[in-house]
Amino acid sequence: MARTVTTQRKVIVTAIAWTIAIAIFFPILWTFLTSFKTEADAIATPPKFLFFNWTTENYTTVQGRSNYFLHFWNSVIISVGSTVAALIIAIPAAWSMAFVPGKRTKDILMWMLSTKMMPAVGVLVPIYLLFRDTGLLDTRTGLVIVLTLMNLPIVVWMLYTYFKEIPGEILEAARMDGANLTREIIYVLTPMAVPGIASTLLLNIILAWNEAFWTLNLTASKSAPLTQFIASYSSPEGLFYAKLSAASMMAIAPIIVLGWFSQKQLVRGLTFGAVK
Amino acid sequence: MSSKLRGLLGACSLVALGAAAHAETITVATVNNGDMIRMQGLMADFNEKHPDIQVEWVTLEENVLRQRVTTDIATNGGQYDVLTIGNYEVPIWAAQNWLLPLEDMGADYKPEDFLAPVAAGLTVDGKLYAAPFYAESSMLMYRTDLLEKAGLTMPENPDWDFITEAAEKMTDKGAEIYGICLRGKAGWGENMAFLTSMANSEGARWFDADWKPQFDSPEWKTTLDTYLNLMTNYGPPGASSNGFNENLALFQTGKCGMWIDATVAASFVSNPNESTVAEHVGYAPSPVRAGGDNHGNWLWSWNLAIPASSQKQDAAKAFVAWATSQEYTALVAEHEGIANVPPGTRTSLYENQEYLTAAPFAAQTLAAIEAADTQSPSDQEVPYTGGQFVSIPEFQAIGTAVGQVFSAALAGTSDADQALAAAQALTTREMSRAGYPK
Repeated sequence: MARTVTTQRKVIVTAIAWTIAIAIFFPILWTFLTSFKTEADAIATPPKFLFFNWTTENYTTVQGRSNYFLHFWNSVIISVGSTVAALIIAIPAAWSMAFVPGKRTKDILMWMLSTKMMPAVGVLVPIYLLFRDTGLLDTRTGLVIVLTLMNLPIVVWMLYTYFKEIPGEILEAARMDGANLTREIIYVLTPMAVPGIASTLLLNIILAWNEAFWTLNLTASKSAPLTQFIASYSSPEGLFYAKLSAASMMAIAPIIVLGWFSQKQLVRGLTFGAVK
Repeated sequence: MSSKLRGLLGACSLVALGAAAHAETITVATVNNGDMIRMQGLMADFNEKHPDIQVEWVTLEENVLRQRVTTDIATNGGQYDVLTIGNYEVPIWAAQNWLLPLEDMGADYKPEDFLAPVAAGLTVDGKLYAAPFYAESSMLMYRTDLLEKAGLTMPENPDWDFITEAAEKMTDKGAEIYGICLRGKAGWGENMAFLTSMANSEGARWFDADWKPQFDSPEWKTTLDTYLNLMTNYGPPGASSNGFNENLALFQTGKCGMWIDATVAASFVSNPNESTVAEHVGYAPSPVRAGGDNHGNWLWSWNLAIPASSQKQDAAKAFVAWATSQEYTALVAEHEGIANVPPGTRTSLYENQEYLTAAPFAAQTLAAIEAADTQSPSDQEVPYTGGQFVSIPEFQAIGTAVGQVFSAALAGTSDADQALAAAQALTTREMSRAGYPK
């Protein structure tokens, strides 16, 4: 028998959901509002919520001082490049773990995840030296490599759990029909796992876009993405809150737009497999 | 088109291409502050004087910058040609041969014009390893109207007893006015910059001559007791997360009676466009202990240095010479107004009557910088140099750890005795691990 949901319960659940959503969204809203304030209004106590002199001066200043489009373009190349590279490696890896597991598959999965447990700064100097000797410092190629490696464990794990949902018999049928391994992965497995792959792709792009340790430490002037663009407006001595907010809005706007338009896919993918 | 004209144009194009081909690009790593941003806006002058040098900027928040350039210079990465570093790093890095000595900077450069305490912090074995771009010390800023209302007059050399009395009388929590605002946020350059300076004024020291930590001394006990008493009773709520910017905002909006911090704050709190209390700000030296004469003034400078790993040292030197010259000061005065020139580096600036008139806090700033004694910061004998820091590589980590302990005491999770015991234990442990005494 279907459970009846009373109107009162609906109202309460809706109110709770809205409260949580507003609480999560509030910092972004506050950053958005601050980006239109003067520096004096940005630090006013009590804080000014809506009634202040709205100005776009911070955006003009930030545009004038920094090469936004260079940083933006670097962010796009680094995040998309590292995600595609990670998927190319992770899809066959996840296939093998999901459909032809060996005795040590679980251990390998755990070991892969364990690499995420080490603080990144622990390997900063060795990686910096490797990059120096191979000429990869301050290059987009270098960042694509390091972010691919950084996100690979998560991508393999996510794809592995999605692939586990797909009945092995379907792949077996494809094999009986004469499909070789490549065809099996490209024409049978991948289309069935599209929601999972899409959500992995989107999540990985977001992670790579927001990554602020390697992108700050391995770059200088040529390949620095938007994380450096934001870091250049933070200061412990001097008031830059409004400009910092404007820079932050410009940095997160593209990823918010991407998230907004792909939210259906993202939610569908996330509820399809791993994070049920 | 005649063949002559064609030939001439061709030659011009070749010359232009040649010039472009020979243009050297240097990368300058710098912090985000008003003076540095102003310099980036005045680059047309440098480009005109040095058309063969192009400058690329990497601007970062100072803690990010510190980590970034330290990694690069320690690994000989060569990503930067000019670094913006503090006077904490300069002697340590110079001793490692990581920096190029700044010699032959040109006939008009006049390094003897640099303020002596500032230059002393950047000189190792008689050689200058970084050029000061901007320097600051610490001083007391206070609300003249609130002090008058409290029936008090600021002495020429206030001591901590007077500060406590004034803080008590100025505090009006109902009106959200707090007698004193001080740094509480944990960090070697945050609360420990202030507390180390205050400890110096109280006669305390970080280490004795054998590098034994001294947090178990009565001087440190007096320092922390006074600090916690001031901040707990007369400070703003949530002070354990307040740094320079938070206190600046509080002072500018009229919430603080007194504020002891960097001299650079004076230009912000006295600017009527930013500060609601600009007309009521007075300046005084950092407090001393009753009967003492050590203000414990800190000394911080942002300096331009050239890493030994740079492949473009001549171009880098030309840039450093331009940015820290007397001509640059004149350039800023011409375009941005004389009150906006980078303060605290050259004697000639403080002999300029126009500057002294435009910046009412200039005399106090100069006095604070000149009173800073980084060579023997405490009244007692110490094996180290530095004012608000101890000039050893281990200090960043130890200073921040001690800062967290003191910040926790300010937040009320421990008392002064517990905090001092914890600071003593952790400093002893870390110094022993680092192999002191060396």
